[in-house]
Amino acid sequence: MFKDWFDRYAWDTVVGDIQETTPQRVEQALETSKRSLDDFKALISPAALPYLEPMAQQSRQLTQRRFGKTIQMYAPLYLSNECQNICTYCAFSLDNKIRRKTLTDEEILIEAQAIKKLGYDHVLLVTGEANQTVGVEYIQHAIRLIRPLFAHISMEVQPLDLPEYKTLITEGLHTVLVYQETYHEETYKTHHPKGKKSNFRYRLDTPDRLGKANIHKMGLGALLGLEDWRADSFFTALHLQYLQKTYWQSKYSISFPRLRPIQLTDEVHRFKSCMSDRELVQLICAYRLFNEDVELSLSTRETPRFRDHLIQLGITSMSAGSKTNPGGYAVEPESLEQFEISDERTPAQISSVIRNQGYVPVWKDWDPSFV
Amino acid sequence: MNPSLTIADKTFTSRLFTGTGKFGSSSLMQEALHASGTELITVALKRVDATHTQEDDLLSHLPTAHLLPNTSGVRTAREAVFAAQMAREALETHWLKLEIHPDPRYLLPDPIETLKAAEELVKLGFVVLPYIHADPVLCKRLEEVGVAAVMPLGAPIGTNKGLRTLDFLEIIIEQSTVPVVVDAGLGAPSHAAAAMELGADAVLVNTAIAVSSDPVRMAQAFKRAVEAGRMAYEAQLAQPITWAQASSPLTAFLDELS
Repeated sequence: MFKDWFDRYAWDTVVGDIQETTPQRVEQALETSKRSLDDFKALISPAALPYLEPMAQQSRQLTQRRFGKTIQMYAPLYLSNECQNICTYCAFSLDNKIRRKTLTDEEILIEAQAIKKLGYDHVLLVTGEANQTVGVEYIQHAIRLIRPLFAHISMEVQPLDLPEYKTLITEGLHTVLVYQETYHEETYKTHHPKGKKSNFRYRLDTPDRLGKANIHKMGLGALLGLEDWRADSFFTALHLQYLQKTYWQSKYSISFPRLRPIQLTDEVHRFKSCMSDRELVQLICAYRLFNEDVELSLSTRETPRFRDHLIQLGITSMSAGSKTNPGGYAVEPESLEQFEISDERTPAQISSVIRNQGYVPVWKDWDPSFV
Repeated sequence: MNPSLTIADKTFTSRLFTGTGKFGSSSLMQEALHASGTELITVALKRVDATHTQEDDLLSHLPTAHLLPNTSGVRTAREAVFAAQMAREALETHWLKLEIHPDPRYLLPDPIETLKAAEELVKLGFVVLPYIHADPVLCKRLEEVGVAAVMPLGAPIGTNKGLRTLDFLEIIIEQSTVPVVVDAGLGAPSHAAAAMELGADAVLVNTAIAVSSDPVRMAQAFKRAVEAGRMAYEAQLAQPITWAQASSPLTAFLDELS
């Protein structure tokens, strides 16, 4: 189990190691071909910032060799914003007084058709955590409804038990995204004071359960901004390395949800640690240099100008035209979004941006015939 | 020697097989494949959109050539058989590049599942070309179940490392009764030429062409290298002399004795 690896590292030591990295150590990490976790630590350190250009050059080359000049396209389908958890950074948080909505069968199909019409064949189902209304049975039913429409179905919902994952995989689920939010146990608890989500260890074990269920792909990540992003990224990389060794038949992807200010009931909430654009590029390149085959995903949280430049730097998948409110595509476009979208461009516009850079948007990279 | 290559019911003049992945645009792919002179193009079932909803649908950009659907993405024999049947329907060919790589990192083929699937697919009437490790014994086992050719790897796929499995490829080529297509890892035209000089019947190249900064010229370079390598093989390469001419021969005394 990952916890055996996790417990070997002390947060403060990791933070200290990263801060104390020397330029020589960074150069060493840049020159080697098979990079270790220690090399990754060096590459995400402040000392590596002056080496951003050579990192970007290498990142682009490695990504093209492995993935070609392609960007995979996906869109989220928000099924519900009901949630029994309190997450201090999320608009769907239980204590945020918003109108709650869970899509009916008919509405799910309307939304799915709208996403299809945008050109998508890969869809990501998203819910809050509310076991009464959007429990496993609801999700299972939703997958059954939309499966004939899509080549590839991903899901980003609360952590589930092993038999539940097995059931959903049999139903046609291919990928599960489950972010740890932060690997800092105490900080995690302050941001998740109530509900099932407050159990840090249960969440930490989730990728193990997914591996045991033999999931095709799982997505990892930390919410960049809750804690020291460098240490959180180190633990994410550690998690990735553990999982790849243990569940060698699964694919992995990393996301970079950088926290942005959100609208809560009566205030705008801002976060502790702020990550600059330069640092986010550094992190993306560092992941690529550390791991040549992990998929790297960039959402519409980021601005158009930033996203455009990242197409050639190591990213392998992107969303576009995303709606982060249930019913947002067709049923009820005006409801409150989970987080603010910074890139409002349509999939067709993003597609031409990708093409103009000599890349191909890939809409279908899976087949429903694969079980 | 017959200059053309026959696999199952088809005859090929070009011994350069190609792929469709990783190109920066469909038109560039089309041009490069045309320049390569290829007559057999592999295409991943998972990338094929049977409903043709996208404007740059992969299939509409392929030059006239035989299609070789592949099962990239499957992890077991059972999935491969199912995918093969889907491919046969979607692409209207019973040719199949059988790829089963449960390891998504290095995409190394699973020999056990591959043999199982090959046996079943041959029975179902497919022309099966399995992608495998350069394992001479596995090649013989696959021949026995009736595959149309074998496709051993030169190096891990996409690595451009060349003929890292050289010693085993030599054994496979020596022993095989079906065509041998060296697939995966060929990064330079010289790698392809070396495989052809060795006696491979064909090579399959994708990444090195698709990811090149000039895919069209790179495709031409591979075309020429494959032709040159084949020509050299047919003309019988001079063998390197591996022994030295000693200045004081050990057996000279025999002349003095006579």
